[in-house]
Amino acid sequence: MSGSQTEHIVGSSTPRKEGRDKVRGRARYIDDLSFPNMLYGATVRSRIPRGNIKSIQFGAGIAWDEFVVVSAKDIPGKNYIALMENDQPCLAESTVNHPEEAILLLAHSDRHRLPEAVKAISIEYEPLRAVFTIEDSERKDPIIWKADNTFKSFLIEKGNVDSVWAQADYIVEGEYSTGAQEQLYIETNGVIAQFDRDRGITVWGSLQCPYYVHKALMTLCGLPEHKVRVVQTETGGAFGGKEEYPSMIAAHASLLAMKSGRPVKIIYDRGEDMAATTKRHPSRTRHRTAVSKEGKILGGEIELVIDGGAYLTLSPVVLSRATIHAGGPYYWPHVRIRTKAVATNAPPHGAFRGFGAPQALFAMERHMDRIARTVGVSPVEIRRSNFLRPGQTTTTEQVIDEPIDLGNLLDRALKLADYDGKRERFAKENQSGPQKKGVGIAAFLHGAGFTGSGERYLNSVVGVEGSADGGVRILVSSTEFGQGTNTVLCQIAAEALGLPYEEVTIARPDTMEVPNSGPTVASRTAMVVGKLVASAALGLKQTLVAAGMLKEAYTAEEFGAACRSYVSAHGSLRSFARYESPEGIFWDDQKYRGEAYAAFAWAIYVAEVAVDLATYSARVEDFVALQEIGRVMNPVLARGQILGGVAQGIGFALYEKVEWHDGRMANSQMTNYIIPTAADVPPIRVFFDELGNRHGAFGAKGIGELPMDGPAPAIVNAIEDALGIPFDTVPLLPESIFEGVVASRANQTDSLAGVR
Amino acid sequence: MTTNRGSKREISLVVNGERRTVRAYPMERLLDVLREQLSLTGTKEGCGEGECGACSVLLDGELVDSCLIPVAQAEGAQILTIEGVAENSRSNALGEAFLECGGAQCGICTPGMIVAAVHLLDRSSAPTREDIREALSGNLCRCTGYLQILEAVAEAARRTAAR
Amino acid sequence: MRSDPSDYEFAAPATLQDAVKLLAEEPKAWLPIAGGTDVMVQFAAGTLRARKLLSIWNLPELRRIEVLPNEIRIGAASTYTDLRGHEVVQAEFSLLARAASWTGGIANQNRGTLGGNIVNASPAADSLPALLAYEGELVLSSARGERRVPYVNFHTGYKEMQLAPDELIRAVCLPRHFRGYLSYARKVGARKAQAISKVCMAALGRREKGEIRDVRIALGSVAPIPMRLRETERVLEGRRLETDTIARARRAAVAETRPIDDIRSTARYRAAVVGNLVVEFLQMLGGLNHHE
Repeated sequence: MSGSQTEHIVGSSTPRKEGRDKVRGRARYIDDLSFPNMLYGATVRSRIPRGNIKSIQFGAGIAWDEFVVVSAKDIPGKNYIALMENDQPCLAESTVNHPEEAILLLAHSDRHRLPEAVKAISIEYEPLRAVFTIEDSERKDPIIWKADNTFKSFLIEKGNVDSVWAQADYIVEGEYSTGAQEQLYIETNGVIAQFDRDRGITVWGSLQCPYYVHKALMTLCGLPEHKVRVVQTETGGAFGGKEEYPSMIAAHASLLAMKSGRPVKIIYDRGEDMAATTKRHPSRTRHRTAVSKEGKILGGEIELVIDGGAYLTLSPVVLSRATIHAGGPYYWPHVRIRTKAVATNAPPHGAFRGFGAPQALFAMERHMDRIARTVGVSPVEIRRSNFLRPGQTTTTEQVIDEPIDLGNLLDRALKLADYDGKRERFAKENQSGPQKKGVGIAAFLHGAGFTGSGERYLNSVVGVEGSADGGVRILVSSTEFGQGTNTVLCQIAAEALGLPYEEVTIARPDTMEVPNSGPTVASRTAMVVGKLVASAALGLKQTLVAAGMLKEAYTAEEFGAACRSYVSAHGSLRSFARYESPEGIFWDDQKYRGEAYAAFAWAIYVAEVAVDLATYSARVEDFVALQEIGRVMNPVLARGQILGGVAQGIGFALYEKVEWHDGRMANSQMTNYIIPTAADVPPIRVFFDELGNRHGAFGAKGIGELPMDGPAPAIVNAIEDALGIPFDTVPLLPESIFEGVVASRANQTDSLAGVR
Repeated sequence: MTTNRGSKREISLVVNGERRTVRAYPMERLLDVLREQLSLTGTKEGCGEGECGACSVLLDGELVDSCLIPVAQAEGAQILTIEGVAENSRSNALGEAFLECGGAQCGICTPGMIVAAVHLLDRSSAPTREDIREALSGNLCRCTGYLQILEAVAEAARRTAAR
Repeated sequence: MRSDPSDYEFAAPATLQDAVKLLAEEPKAWLPIAGGTDVMVQFAAGTLRARKLLSIWNLPELRRIEVLPNEIRIGAASTYTDLRGHEVVQAEFSLLARAASWTGGIANQNRGTLGGNIVNASPAADSLPALLAYEGELVLSSARGERRVPYVNFHTGYKEMQLAPDELIRAVCLPRHFRGYLSYARKVGARKAQAISKVCMAALGRREKGEIRDVRIALGSVAPIPMRLRETERVLEGRRLETDTIARARRAAVAETRPIDDIRSTARYRAAVVGNLVVEFLQMLGGLNHHE
């Protein structure tokens, strides 16, 4: 299994490093901070989805001389948010491409004066025809982005898919859609920026990736590296929603700070945050699969499209992950996977836990149930006979080289969920009564870390410092936002050095103080960054041993004393480790072939659902989440990640619908964008398997995003089991279940009529 | 009876056991007065519309959303915020239980959750799982999926009863 | 937060008499605010039109529940928590106690008031169908005196009601004659707690010698104002509970309501659910199931 020695820190539920402050209300989030002489900022945003700006009028009744006003003309550097492409302006100049696009910025010392001032600015537009759906965008009428509305496309071809159709006993087709989803972190986006001619720009904020913001501000402000500083404050939830977006709000606050010479705080209220910032990419996936009469997949075509909103931002990367996960945990001897990301006139869609995989896996797992029903095989057997086995290759021809036994994992999950017992009971109970119950399965995988050569490109660096007081401090740009970064990395360092957990601390992610360990995304922190932390920690020990201040075997006191001696002799004690990509990993970016990820985590989720026949609402009654994740670093934290991810997945499946009115989110309030409350969550039973991972710290794989992939298909499969009606879209609200029930009754009546 | 158009007034409250007097516009939200004038930033704003409960405090022993209360209506009231809870050793059982059971992840909903739990445990020494669910159903969490929070409250109740 | 607190005038009179005097002096200028669960949401959103707020939260005359031999008199500023916790409301007016328990979470219930629910007059308000079913009466106070209005006549259109600009609701009076009635209440919302209703039903009735008597079926969220299904009630009065009757009642109910498509739900869905809830109620009335 994992580790050759008995580990007692890694693998135990050490208390959350910053937990005590959190439960006492002492943790300081960005809106808890206030600077002397500070101004508050607000954003004037487009009301239309697409058009040219004709005029801007500053209305009467406002003392405009009291306000700082910033437009695109005030941008010292380049007017775009540097990320992957240079197409997204920081402030719109002559055209707007989505509702809520930022046009002007205002600042005032009294924040209560801002809303009225924002309202008093009238902008006249010449509207242009806009595009709101994937289909509209594909029709290229109009073209709203570059030559053909397409941000990116991928093609994977394995084997010779054109040869399989003739041999198929069945050809199964299906189309599956997922909607946008709002991250709804309970703390909205916020930053404070300060500018000083000597020190440059400093930004504090609620964010995941300080170095992303750093890079964006250098370009926007025309400042060199050492004149931009970004500091992460305690962050109240992120889920990807604070991966790339903070660069935009930080840019806005920075511009106001530069123009006014005063610190500027911008905090979005909930309505603005929901309407203006990123959401999960909506998707449409089409499957066409050749299947033998025994239910074996002979090959197939998968076509997947995601809606990226108005600018490119991170869509190519979301698309990449969707593409690689499109085939699920199954063996495809032949497959063609064609994917693209297209532009629409909505605020750009962005990172959200799962990052393309939930969309692709929803389609795959719904399709497996469709294949099962078409062929006349059970949803259990259809999966078992197609699971990837060690030695086989994925759709990108990555060899599965760990002893994962998905059939065994499936059996265990079904037993834990009492799958057979329940189906038997429900078949009887469903014949009468006010509800119908069903059980559904989802089998899936999730690749951890950046794709292919991505980790090499990130070139992450981690530091570990020994301090004058004898303690050890970790230096990373990896951020804590609830998922346990601080705790797990400290556990790793403590374990690596044989020190008590309490002796290890972690520095606040401040680009002036910590190296770039890469963004806190892609479920990479424990696995990739953690491994570097272990290396850097060992490097620290080696330095002390080499300096003759420490023996190979030592007590915690001796270690502390050695740090103190070293620091007083040399001034500082730091050890750095840089990412090295493992041997024998190959990845072809053109053909999208090779080792896509250093490690996959594997999972089987089982959902029990009850559908109320009076209200057509579906409720999850019981949920089993079984996953193989390499190594459980901290049981309480790991379970917490799965529970939270499953709850978000339940929301994605049954509750969270974005109502779009011409590219704008109309239900931008917590009262009408619905997430589950404590009264809505079912019992969620979490189980872990550990196969280890030679590429991850102490055998860790990533787990942060995995739980997002399974709930939606498991739940919709369960609803089909309950009602006998297939649904292929999420979110699946009672109104849609109702329409499905009506349509299905109509079909039955028609067929009966035919018989008569 | 007084009417003061657009002018501040002196409002007297007892906050976490201490008498405080603030000068505020009557329609300033209790949430903002606590956070800005009294520097009690433990109480958070999550939605501004009484949906998320991040701003929960006890007002005369009753659980309320402080974002929905004009400070003038809190004249003479006893307010308990998370800072006051943390100082009280009985309520500390909640903080400890949250730490052990993983009830806090990002922590932004935690003050409100703990205040709502205090409100429950003030009324019920042996709450059922359903009681706890109902008591916390006005506090939204996006990180935990709630279950470890419910477990923390149940554990705190057990420990408090055992004393 | 999109309003400027310095823009508002705020009065907090000590007695009801002082409050109605102020309303008499400037009838359209003052907006009464009780618990604030509606007004403060508008305030934060920047959509509150009023600039003068009259706090009636602490008026003792409005915050008491009096139990008289023939009626219960609920002060208009009684909170949902007050209602839930009151012995007689629980025992004799369970439709109202149930509605109070599913309005918002505990924090909202501690501040939201029955009077506020009535004057805010959201089509989706949870308590109002119960008041229609019980055929309550409102006591309206002004400097000119007091009058009683049958609740069934109070709402005249979307956000329009029989309340003069100088009047306050003082109390809601419910007749104590529902012993022996079976009651059925159900709220259909987007989730189990803290949800605005898509359909909300409060119904009661009796069965005497197998015949349906005095059935009252009230609904929220399916018309601009809460409504009674008068036609459906007529179809049912004096009938035996048979399959045929139930089917006719379902059809009548669906035909009577005027649900709409809105941001929360669709007209077709609401109509279908109304039909299903009426059937569920009738099955309960007939002892055919044990659903509440």
